[in-house]
Amino acid sequence: MKRTAVIGIPRYLSYFSFGELWERYFEHLGFEVTISPPSNQDILDEGVRETVNDACIPIKLFHGHVKSLRDKADYLFVPRLGGTRTRYTVCPKFLGLPDMVKYSLSGLPEVLAPRLDVRQRSIGAWRELVKLGVQLTGRRLAASRAFAQARRVLADKVSEIQREGLPALGFPQPSDSDLTVGVVGYPYVIYDHLANGGLLEQLLRQRVSVRTPELVTDSQMKERSQQFPKDLFWFYSNRTLWSGLHFMDADRLDGLVHVTAFGCGPDAMVGKLLEMESRQRGVPFLSVMVDEHTGEAGVATRAEAFVDMLRRRLRGGSAS
Amino acid sequence: MKISYAHMGTATYAVEALLSRLGHEVIVPEPPTQDTLTLGTKYSPEFACIPFKMVLGTYLEVLERGAEVLVSGGGMGPCRAGYYGELHKRILGELGYDPEMIFFWPPLKTPRAFLRKVKRLKENASWFRVLGGLRLLWEKIKVLDGLEQLSHRLRPQEINRGSISKALERALDMIREADTVDETREAHQRGEKLLRSVKVRDVDPDELLRVGIIGEIYVQLEPAANFYLEEKLGELGAVAKRSIFMTDFTKEDVLNLKDESIEELAEPYIPENIGGHGRDSVGETIHYAKEGYDGVVQLAPFSCIPEIVAKSIMPALSDKMGIPVLTLFIDEQTGDAGIGTRLEAFVDMMRSRRRALSRTAAPGAD
Repeated sequence: MKRTAVIGIPRYLSYFSFGELWERYFEHLGFEVTISPPSNQDILDEGVRETVNDACIPIKLFHGHVKSLRDKADYLFVPRLGGTRTRYTVCPKFLGLPDMVKYSLSGLPEVLAPRLDVRQRSIGAWRELVKLGVQLTGRRLAASRAFAQARRVLADKVSEIQREGLPALGFPQPSDSDLTVGVVGYPYVIYDHLANGGLLEQLLRQRVSVRTPELVTDSQMKERSQQFPKDLFWFYSNRTLWSGLHFMDADRLDGLVHVTAFGCGPDAMVGKLLEMESRQRGVPFLSVMVDEHTGEAGVATRAEAFVDMLRRRLRGGSAS
Repeated sequence: MKISYAHMGTATYAVEALLSRLGHEVIVPEPPTQDTLTLGTKYSPEFACIPFKMVLGTYLEVLERGAEVLVSGGGMGPCRAGYYGELHKRILGELGYDPEMIFFWPPLKTPRAFLRKVKRLKENASWFRVLGGLRLLWEKIKVLDGLEQLSHRLRPQEINRGSISKALERALDMIREADTVDETREAHQRGEKLLRSVKVRDVDPDELLRVGIIGEIYVQLEPAANFYLEEKLGELGAVAKRSIFMTDFTKEDVLNLKDESIEELAEPYIPENIGGHGRDSVGETIHYAKEGYDGVVQLAPFSCIPEIVAKSIMPALSDKMGIPVLTLFIDEQTGDAGIGTRLEAFVDMMRSRRRALSRTAAPGAD
């Protein structure tokens, strides 16, 4: 009998939002799934070497992840992520991702690039993924069933995160914290240790409770979206902005941290808006910009200074 | 009302004609300078692209001159520019300005809002007047584009450097002064005659190098943002063919009549619209290669996402189609001399490449 085909999924970018779904889907269909390791220095170095130099760090890291899977899989799963044209979409780099990867890296196995809608429950994602499954296996019923099961796993995961907070994402909260800070940004920057120089761990180590956009429910986001006359178009940018507003207005957190990647186009807008909104409300705001040279020491220093300032403020000094 | 807008190449003067036709006091923006850019950069997010900064700088300049209403186009994403108006408004607000800002989106996509904005802009003018104004706008855009294109063809042959640019400037002034469609047509003829009267070398047009200009729309259309690239290429002896002229832009982006063939050409490389002009850049490169152009210059603002995607495909594309591509990402640090040097080297390379190609095509020929 033929050996099981291996599908490689890069552990980066939208993997942080939809990874569980894809992994389970292909496993249910009878494939072996291999995920690239968590970002490491080799992956970053390879990414920087291969990617068009003007791209942002996340795109470079993604190329590194793809390259690390090059000889380990029969297929590479690099979805083309988009949205509906009029409502919102994603950064153009997500739309052109399979094209960038194909023309920047040589010797890749076949790239599977279904066009997926960023809204996980949407019919579009279902149709395209099932179509891909049928193409690969020829079994329509099995593909539909696999998708239904995989989708349930992801939905469970999402509600678990929203119920239990960061521990569900592998970051235990401190038990004796006196401060709560909102950390906003894209999941592939916030939760990737290499991309952000360990910012989350730094804050948690300093006994700060942390909340992130993944903890905010869709309806809470929607409520905040009413404050702007026009959505920002991009899926992740909307989430960053809305959860930032939610943390300031509804949760009344002690401070807000925006983590952004050097050269990120959408963040030029999001960062400025968050900065203006937090200034209006008198909420302390820290913007951390990360790039391929970001070191843990630099991030630690900034996080410490911010937390010190928040604590002084809490004790009654006006240090904002 | 005192009305103004962002500068965008020669189209600036066509818009002036329309707005003053509607009875507004038009504050015509000056071509952006280094000072404009510095001013805009000061108040912009660091990673906003150069169109954002230059336009913000222009807004601050015209507001100082008394503008009360700012008119602008807008987009629907996924390129960032669609949100620029909102952010401009907020930044101006923080600086203590409160202009009324009217953003137009493609009329066929949001017809009702479009009509409301037109009504706001037309104020007391009759619909008849609006139509007349639009006709004048279209006529002016057409002849301005025509004169510019002619100047790009003639400049590589000029004997005295700068003589074509000088004649073009005078011709543009003639168009600007015209008040009606007929006067515009007549001014066009005078302008064309003026351009053709400039002394040029008698060369076979086939011998001139031809360069296609592709990339993001603002840096293509605003000469101040691209360091007068077409003039520079012309003076180096190459005919620049820009991919976007206001006339095409109006047809494609404003009226939504897309040029299918360019999209089809790009299809194998980028199957879906990725925003801005990213996919067009790929399609146009293929188009120019097929037309036998000597090279392509890709222009984009630094951190422009769609063009970064296009650039990552360029090396493979350039190899496959056999056409050299020079990519220039422009930001507030870009210097005139730097662009000049790179263009000189690029033109030299195209010239020797053409010689080498003709030698292999006709062995034995000198």
